Amino acid sequence: MNIDFTEQELAFREEVRAFFREELPEQVRYKIDNGLRISRDDQVAYQKALHAKGWAGVNWPVEYGGTGWSSAQKYIFFNEAAEAAAPRIIPFGLSMVAPVIYTFGSEEQKQRFLPDILASNVWWCQGYSEPNAGSDLAGLKTKAVRDGDHYIVNGTKTWTTLGHYADWIFCLVRTSDTGRKQEGISFLLIDMKTPGVTVKPIITLDGRREVNEVFFEDVRVPVENLIGEEGKGWTYAKVLLTHERTNIAGVAPSKHRLSTLRKLLDNPPAGMGNLRQNSLFMARVIQAEVELKALEFTELRVLSAVSTGKAPGPESSILKIKGTEVQQMIDELYLEVAGYYALPFVPGQYEDGYDGVRIEPHFAPDVAPHYYNNRKVTIYGGTNEIQKNIIAKAVLGL
Amino acid sequence: MDFALNDIQQMLQDSAAKFIKNDYDFETRRALTESELGYSQSNWQLFAELGWLALPFAEEFGGMGGDLSDLVVLQTELGRGLVVEPFLSTVILCGGLIQRHGSDAQKGELIEKVLAGELKLALASAEPQAQTRVEDVATTAVADGDGYLLNGHKCVVLDAHSADMLIVVARTGGVAGDRDGITLFLVDPNQAGVELFNYPTNDGGRAAEVRLNRVRVSAGALLGDKDNAFPALEATFNHAIVALSAEAVGIMDRLLEATVEYCKVRKQFDQPIGNFQVLQHRMAEMFIECQQARSMLYFGAITAAAGGEEAARAAALLKVKIGSAGRLVGQQAVQLHGGMGVTDELDVGHFFKRLTMINTLFGSQDEHLQRLVFKAQAA
Ligand SMILES: Cc1cc2nc3c(=O)[nH]c(=O)nc-3n(C[C@H](O)[C@H](O)[C@H](O)COP(=O)(O)OP(=O)(O)OC[C@H]3O[C@@H](n4cnc5c(N)ncnc54)[C@H](O)[C@@H]3O)c2cc1C
Ligand SMILES: Cc1cc2nc3c(=O)[nH]c(=O)nc-3n(C[C@H](O)[C@H](O)[C@H](O)COP(=O)(O)OP(=O)(O)OC[C@H]3O[C@@H](n4cnc5c(N)ncnc54)[C@H](O)[C@@H]3O)c2cc1C
Repeated sequence: MNIDFTEQELAFREEVRAFFREELPEQVRYKIDNGLRISRDDQVAYQKALHAKGWAGVNWPVEYGGTGWSSAQKYIFFNEAAEAAAPRIIPFGLSMVAPVIYTFGSEEQKQRFLPDILASNVWWCQGYSEPNAGSDLAGLKTKAVRDGDHYIVNGTKTWTTLGHYADWIFCLVRTSDTGRKQEGISFLLIDMKTPGVTVKPIITLDGRREVNEVFFEDVRVPVENLIGEEGKGWTYAKVLLTHERTNIAGVAPSKHRLSTLRKLLDNPPAGMGNLRQNSLFMARVIQAEVELKALEFTELRVLSAVSTGKAPGPESSILKIKGTEVQQMIDELYLEVAGYYALPFVPGQYEDGYDGVRIEPHFAPDVAPHYYNNRKVTIYGGTNEIQKNIIAKAVLGL
Repeated sequence: MDFALNDIQQMLQDSAAKFIKNDYDFETRRALTESELGYSQSNWQLFAELGWLALPFAEEFGGMGGDLSDLVVLQTELGRGLVVEPFLSTVILCGGLIQRHGSDAQKGELIEKVLAGELKLALASAEPQAQTRVEDVATTAVADGDGYLLNGHKCVVLDAHSADMLIVVARTGGVAGDRDGITLFLVDPNQAGVELFNYPTNDGGRAAEVRLNRVRVSAGALLGDKDNAFPALEATFNHAIVALSAEAVGIMDRLLEATVEYCKVRKQFDQPIGNFQVLQHRMAEMFIECQQARSMLYFGAITAAAGGEEAARAAALLKVKIGSAGRLVGQQAVQLHGGMGVTDELDVGHFFKRLTMINTLFGSQDEHLQRLVFKAQAA
C-alpha cells in the first residue's frame, strides 16, 4: 500500500501542468472556474488540443490510439485538469461509445468511427432514455425494424444531453418483442442528419438548454451501423454504464471546487460575508472534505483494480452515489457562501459581449443555477436509488 | 388550547385558495414572472378589494387588525400558489415598519394608500457586507441644512423595480454594528442620486441593487424618530420570518402532494414507482418534515406575536426548522420526479427554487443556528 508518485510520475505531472498552462485559453479557464458555459467550438478546440498531444483516449487501448497510461497517470491527469479548470471531456464519444466500438464493433466499424472520435471530429450523444423508460431502461420502446439492408427506426429518446450539438447518436433500440425485454435490445449508431430525426429542446431549472428530446420518424439506418449482434445491445450497454458511473463521480472537479471555496473563505471578496467565523459552516466544509477524501481513496482502489485488467464492477455504484452526494454537498456550501447574492438571476453577465451591470462577488451568479441544475447528478446515469438497488443485489446478495 | 382556524381565518383561507385555483394556475404565474412588471397589477387591486392588504394593520388606520396567525393562514395559501405579487415587501416588511415606527400622521397617510393598493414599497435594508445582520448598516445619512444626504449601497432589494417608495435603512449615528443610530427614510426611487439596477431573482421574483449617491431628502422623509429604528426593524424581521415560513409550509405541502400524486401514476418496472418501499419511506419522511415545520410555524407565530426577547429566539428557531425541512422536502420532491424534476416545464422545480431562496432570505439555517450557538455560549 503506497501512494507516492515515482520520479517518472512526477515528471509526467510537470508535463501535464505545462500542457494546461500553454494550451488552455485563459477565457475558457475563466468560464469553467466560474461555472459559465463554454461554446461547442471551445469544447471541441480543447479536445482537439488533447488529441494533438496524444492524450484524447485516456482509457483507450494503445492499439486504437489510447494513452496507455497507468492508473497513477490517469489520476494525475484528471487532478491537474481539474486544478487547471480545464473543461471536462464530453464523455459520449471518447468514453462511452468508443469503448463499445473497440470492444464489440467490427473491424470496419473501428476504422470508420474511432479515428473521428479520437480527434473530436464528430460529436456524439447518448440515446438510451425514453419518456417511459428511465430507471427501467430495458422497458424502452424505440423500434428498429429490419427492411432489406436498413433498419427503420421509430420512437422517442429523451434527456439527450447536448443532442443539439451532436452529429451522431448511439441508441438502444428494440429489435424484438419476444422473450426477456433485455434480450430484444440492440445497439445502433445513427447519423443525426438522417431524414426523420428531429431534436427539440428541454429547458432545465437553470433556464438553459442542456438536454433534448430526439424524435425518430421512419429513420432509415444502414444495417452496418449495428454494433455486434442483434439482441445483444443490453450486454454492451451495461459495460458502458459502469464506465459512465465512474465518470460521473467527478472526484477531481470536486476537489478543485472545494479548494476554490477554501480560498474564497480565506480571502473573502467584497460582497461575501466572513464565513470562517461560522464554526457550523466550517464543520460542514470539513465534513465534505472528509467524504471526498474517502471517496478519492475508494476511486483509487477501483482504478488500481481496473489497471490489473478488471472492468469496473458493481463498486462503481459507490463512486456514483458518493461522488454525486459530495458534489451536491459542495453546491450547498456555495449557496451559503453566496448569501443574498445567490438571488440575482442575471444570465450572461459573464458571457462574451455582455456590457450591462455586473453583480459581485464574481463567483455568485452561477451558484443558484448550478445548485438547481446539479440536482440532476443523483438522477442521471442511473438514479442513486437504482445504484443502491444494485449494491443490495449485486454486492450484498439480497 | 385550540389550533383550529377561527371564522375569519377560515374565510381568509377559502378566499385565498379560491383565488389560487381560479386565477393563479402555474402557467398564469409563469406568464406573470416573464412579463415586464413581473406580477399582475390587477391581482394587486384584487388583493386590496379582498382586504388582504389591510390584514395586519390596526383598525384605527383602516386595517383589519389581524394578528400573526391570520397572516400565517394567508401566507400559507399564497405559498401554495407560488404567488409573486409584492405582498411581503409592501405589507409585511414596509407596512410593518410604518405601523411600528411611523408617526401617527405617517401611519394615517401611508397605510391608507397601502391598503387601497395605491402605494407599493420596498425595503432597502441589506448591504453587501452585512446581508442579514440588520444592525450592520454602513449607509450614511448626514445632516445637510434642514434635510439629509444619503450615501450607500443596498443589495438585493426585493421588489424595488415597481416600488413607489423605498424605505432606506441608514445610519445617523454610531458605527456599523451599533444598534443605536439607525434611522429609516422614505425615498422616492426616481429622485436624483438613486440608481437602481433591476434584475429577476432565481425564484421568479424581482430585486435590485440600489445605490444612493448624495441623495438629498428633507427632514419630512424621516420615517418615525431618528436614531432608534432598530427595535422596529428587529420586530418586523421576526414577523417577516414567520410570514416567510408560512409561505414555505404552503410550498412544502404542495411539493409533498405533487410527489405522492406523481409516484402513484408514474410507472417503471411495470408498476407505480410508489410501490417501491424506499420511495414510500422518503415520502413518509417528507410528510413528517412538513408536519414538523407546520408545528414550528405555529410555535413561531404565537411566540413572535408576543414580542420581547423570546420573539427573536422563536423566529430563529423557526427559520432553522424551515431550512432543514425545506431542504429535505424540496430536494426529495425533485429526486422522486426523476428527470422531470429538473425541468423548467414542471411546477415542482419552481417550488423547489423558491424554497431554496427562502432559506437564504432573512438568514439561512446555518446563520441562525450559529447565532443561537453564540448566544448559548455567551449565556
Ligand atoms: C440532466 C439530465 C441529463 C441526462 N442525459 C441523458 C443522456 O444524455 N442520455 C440518456 O439516455 N439519458 C439521459 N438522462 C436520463 C437519465 O438517465 C434518467 O433521467 C434516469 O435514468 C431516471 O429516469 P427518469 O427520469 O425516467 O426517472 P424515473 O425512472 O421515473 O424515476 C423517478 C424516481 O423513481 C425512483 N425509482 C425508479 N425505479 C425505482 C426502483 N426500482 N426502486 C427505487 N426507486 C426507483 C427513481 O430513483 C427516481 O427517484 C439524463 C437525465 C437528466 C436529468
Ligand atoms: C426493547 C424491545 C421491547 C419490545 N417490547 C415488546 C412488547 O412489549 N410487546 C410485543 O409484542 N413486542 C415487543 N417487542 C417486539 C417488537 O415489536 C419487534 O421486535 C418488532 O415488531 C420487530 O420484529 P422482529 O424483532 O421480529 O424483527 P423483524 O420483523 O425480523 O425485523 C428485522 C428488521 O427488518 C425490518 N423490516 C421488517 N419488515 C419490514 C418491512 N416490511 N419493510 C421494511 N423493513 C422491514 C425491521 O424494521 C427491522 O429493522 C419489543 C422489542 C424490543 C426490541
